[in-house]
Formats: sequence, C-alpha cells, structure tokens
Amino acid sequence: MSVDSQMSTGTGPAAQDAVALHEQPKISIVVEFSGGLEMLFSDQRRHSLSIPAVDKDGRPATVAFLIDYLCRNTMKDSRQELFVLEDHLRPGILVLINDADWELEGEESYEIQNGDNILFVSTLHGG
Amino acid sequence: MESASSKAEALRLQILKAESELEALRSQLEEFEAQPVPQNASPGPVFNAQSRDWKWPLKEDEYARYGRQLILPTVGIQGQLRLKSTSVLIVGAGGLGCPAAAYLAGAGVGTLGIVDGDAVEESNLHRQIAHSTAKLGQRKVDSLGHYCETLNPEVCIVTHATHLTPDNAEGIVSKFDLVLDCTDHPTSRYLISDICVLLQKPLVSASALRTDGQLIVLNNPAEPQGSLGGGPCYRCVFPKPPPPESVVSCGEGGILGPVVGVMGVLQALEAIKLISAGVGAQPKNPHAPALLLFSASGPTTFRSMRMRGRRTNCFACSASSTLSLAALKSGLLDYVQFCGVAAPVSVLRPEERIAAAAYNKLLGQNPELPHILLDVREKEHYDIASIPGAVNVPFSSFQLRKTDSEHPKPDWLPGDLPYDAPIYVVCRVGNDSQLVTRILKEMGLDGGGKRFIGDIRGGMRAWKQEVDDTTPFT
Repeated sequence: MSVDSQMSTGTGPAAQDAVALHEQPKISIVVEFSGGLEMLFSDQRRHSLSIPAVDKDGRPATVAFLIDYLCRNTMKDSRQELFVLEDHLRPGILVLINDADWELEGEESYEIQNGDNILFVSTLHGG
Repeated sequence: MESASSKAEALRLQILKAESELEALRSQLEEFEAQPVPQNASPGPVFNAQSRDWKWPLKEDEYARYGRQLILPTVGIQGQLRLKSTSVLIVGAGGLGCPAAAYLAGAGVGTLGIVDGDAVEESNLHRQIAHSTAKLGQRKVDSLGHYCETLNPEVCIVTHATHLTPDNAEGIVSKFDLVLDCTDHPTSRYLISDICVLLQKPLVSASALRTDGQLIVLNNPAEPQGSLGGGPCYRCVFPKPPPPESVVSCGEGGILGPVVGVMGVLQALEAIKLISAGVGAQPKNPHAPALLLFSASGPTTFRSMRMRGRRTNCFACSASSTLSLAALKSGLLDYVQFCGVAAPVSVLRPEERIAAAAYNKLLGQNPELPHILLDVREKEHYDIASIPGAVNVPFSSFQLRKTDSEHPKPDWLPGDLPYDAPIYVVCRVGNDSQLVTRILKEMGLDGGGKRFIGDIRGGMRAWKQEVDDTTPFT
C-alpha cells in the first residue's frame, strides 16, 4: 500500500482531522527521527504523538498512514521532498519499528499498535 | 538445451558443496595446527637450554605484544594466528579509516591494505588521528601506512594511492580477505558492496555525520550470488540511492572527531571478531544482521536494530542478478550516474546577482546606503565570521510552512526602511542565497520591482576571495 491512497483523496486535512477527533479512538506512539531528519521536525528527535487508530475509511492506521499524518501535522518544514518522494518514503530513509527493520514487519502496511516506537533514520555517508 | 542447463546447474551445486566441504576441512586443519604439538612422545630431556629452538607458533616478542588480547576467549592463540594470516583492506584513509587501521595494525593482522587517492588537509586533522600537522600535503595512504608501520612493524602494509574504481576494484580487492568501507559517499559505498558480493568478501561498513554514526556488517556470511544463506549487501538494505540533494558531506554538515572515531574503532572491533572466529567459517550461532546506530546527542547512545536478510530480487546478490566482474570491468555500471549529482542552483538571472567586490564597492562609495544584507547561513557559520552589518536569518527559517496569515512582514525588515532600499542575500557559496532571493520576491518584498532583491554571487567564499582574504571560511 502506498501513501498515495491517503494523499489523493479529496478530503482536506481539516475535515479529516475533525472526523478523527469526533469518532475515532486514538493510539499513543513515540516517533523518533535521526540522521538529520530531525531538522525537518522542529529539530526535535523524539515526538510523543497521539494519532487516530483508524484512517478515514475505518481501516487500522498503518505506517503509510503515519507517514502521511507526519507530513500533514508534525512537519513544520516545507521541504517535504526530503521525507517523501513520489508518494513513498524517499530512498535513503530506514524505518525501524520497535527496533526492527520495517521490512521484517510488512513495511508500509504494518498496522500500528498502541505504544509502538517508530524510528525514521536517514542514512549517513560521511566518513 | 534444458537438460544440459539443468545438468550444469546440478554440477554448479555439486561444486559449491565440494567447495564448502573443502573449506570446512581447511578450517579443521587450521584448528589442529594451532594447537601446541604434544611433547610426551619424545623421551629424554624436554627442554634444551643450549640450542633454545623456537617451537611456538608466534614469534617471541609477539607473545608480549599481543599478550593482553591472547588471554581473551574471543581471541586466544587460534584467533591470533588467524589475525596474522588474514589480510584486511581499508577503503578510505580518513576519519573512519585512521582509527580502524590503527587498531587492526595494533591487533596484528597479517596484511593491511589502504586505498585512498587524497592528500592530508588541515581540516582533516581534528579527527583523522593518524595524520599529523607535519604530514599536510602528503598522500593519506603514505601517512596512514607509516603510522601503522611504526605502531606495529609485524604488519605488512600495502598502499594504493588511488580511489577505488570499477576498473581497479577487482585487482585491489581480490587480494584481501575482508573489506572495511571507510569512504564518505554513496557512489563508493555501492561500488565497494558490489565488488565484495562478486568476490565473496565480508564487508564492515560505517558512516558518520555531525553527532551520529551507523555501522553494519554486510555480506556475512559471504555466500555466492543467489544464495539466501548469505548476509545482506548494501543494495539489499538500500536498493535505491538517496537523491543527491539529500547527501550531506562532513564538509557541509560538520563532524565531531570522537563520533567518527567511535565508528572507525567499532569497525576494527567487528573485523577482529570476524577474523578470530574465522572469516568464511560458518558461524555456529549466526547473528541476525543488525544495524548499530550511535548518537552523541540523542537520548540513547547506542541502539541495535534487527535488519532484513538478502533481498530475493537484489540487483547485486540475488539469483536473478546480472552483476558480474566482466560487467563491472567493462564500465557498464556508472556509479556516479546511478547516485546522481546535485546540480548547482541556478534560479536567478544575471541581473539579480551582484559580485562580492561590486557590493563592497557600492558601500565604499556610499557608506550610508540604506539597504539590508541578509546572511542566510546557519547561526554557527554566521557567528564565526560575517560581513559587517549583515543580519542573520538562517536558510532553514525560510523553510517553515506558511501560516494562514499570509506573509506577515518579516521581523528582520526595519519598519523605517525606504520602500526601494535594496535587499542583498549572502550565504556560504551562493546556492541558498538564490533560493531565498526567490522566496523574498514571492513574498512580494520587491514591491513589484521597485526594490532590488538579489544575492551575492559566490557567497562568503567569493567575499574572502574578492574582498577580505582574512575572513575565516567554514
């Protein structure tokens, strides 16, 4: 599943949030950024977030949903292309779900659980 | 045809099997040879003080030199003999390569290869610990090679004063048992990974930037292409290169010496662990591949992440891979093109730019000229040195998403500034300043063309070259 499915909908973020606020339960997660990505998120490495437990269609929130959510709500920087490219996470960023590569967990389709720790790491090249 | 190809496949499998059996026999033999020869068979005096025949596997002074690690279960006499008979290649004699080479030379690897085409620069010295002030301008391989030789004359040092290229990679890497990627760019990282897959060499890869570091052992075990029992390669973890604009070098982003030092030391540690356990030996309890994250500024200093195994459709190490030594050598793979090159920013017309010398002349003629000089470098750069009168508004602050209140008047713009007083923008080398100039115009600050807004071409680097050569440039 791609981020696209959330991004291309006609509903604006405000409307979507309103639905989420009134009808949807929330889950608490910790999202962390490292390797320079924190600069896109107010220079803050660790964010404790409360996100909707299901998307607008009532399906459980996935990592794809989270990426879209972060772009809409958490990122204060306008350089979105440093995080998402062509509706997917940009190459060179690893996602680690509870200390494991997201590829072991189902990548974008992983359904986020209450209490999850999700870390976005940009690869470094310096040496 | 089909039966011929399936026979060939069966033969290939048989050869692989025979090879791995041979490898196992060799490693058993090595273990037996490492054990002291039992003396009880020979009658008579066991010790002959007169002839003083040396009957131990290491040289006399090596027992003293390596004694502290010899008594560890991780190394032992067998591990030490393995270190002595192993050759390790270090690609990159910089912030990672210096500490990695130093510790491997100290530990007594048999042969240490060093590849680097660069010379020692002053900006290297705060972190590249093997180079010294006296070695400025020397080739890095000579400087690091000499450092290792003086540290441990037992080690054979082989230097290659060149960058690794698709053309020379096979010739250089094939002579070594294990490779350390201590380079600083995605192009070299993909090339090193590919050649290690093709030549079946385990690869210890590390990187560092600012206050963060990453470490991963790749292609371990170094099984042939197509064997899913092998460890993942760099392309399994990063199938697509990052966009070139997102690649930040130590020169641009900065690096703290001990951070890259820690990562280089960890590379040496992983190498020593691999070698003393027997490179190529099947580990008894193979660890799942792991990525180690180091952060000097985050809440957790070290974090280990479980990683995926080989990718079944990997460009380099999968069964369907078309990567071959011949393809590499023939130049079919263009790593620079694959990783891309960040194009220099060019969004302004020539009349929207002013030379550093011209700006200086303008002010010399009219010191009271009402205008604003915006320095859009990050605060740390500005604090080091700036043009007199410059106001610091970092580039990143222009990247904040616009709020609903459309374009509030920026607080750096004095209320009493005449409507036609020009705004000049300066940055480090003249890229960000162009982008900010565009943003300011989009904000309507040029009053529809009544006010000049433009950037200083070439930034602070040009200012140093054209106007004030005392300006420290960082």
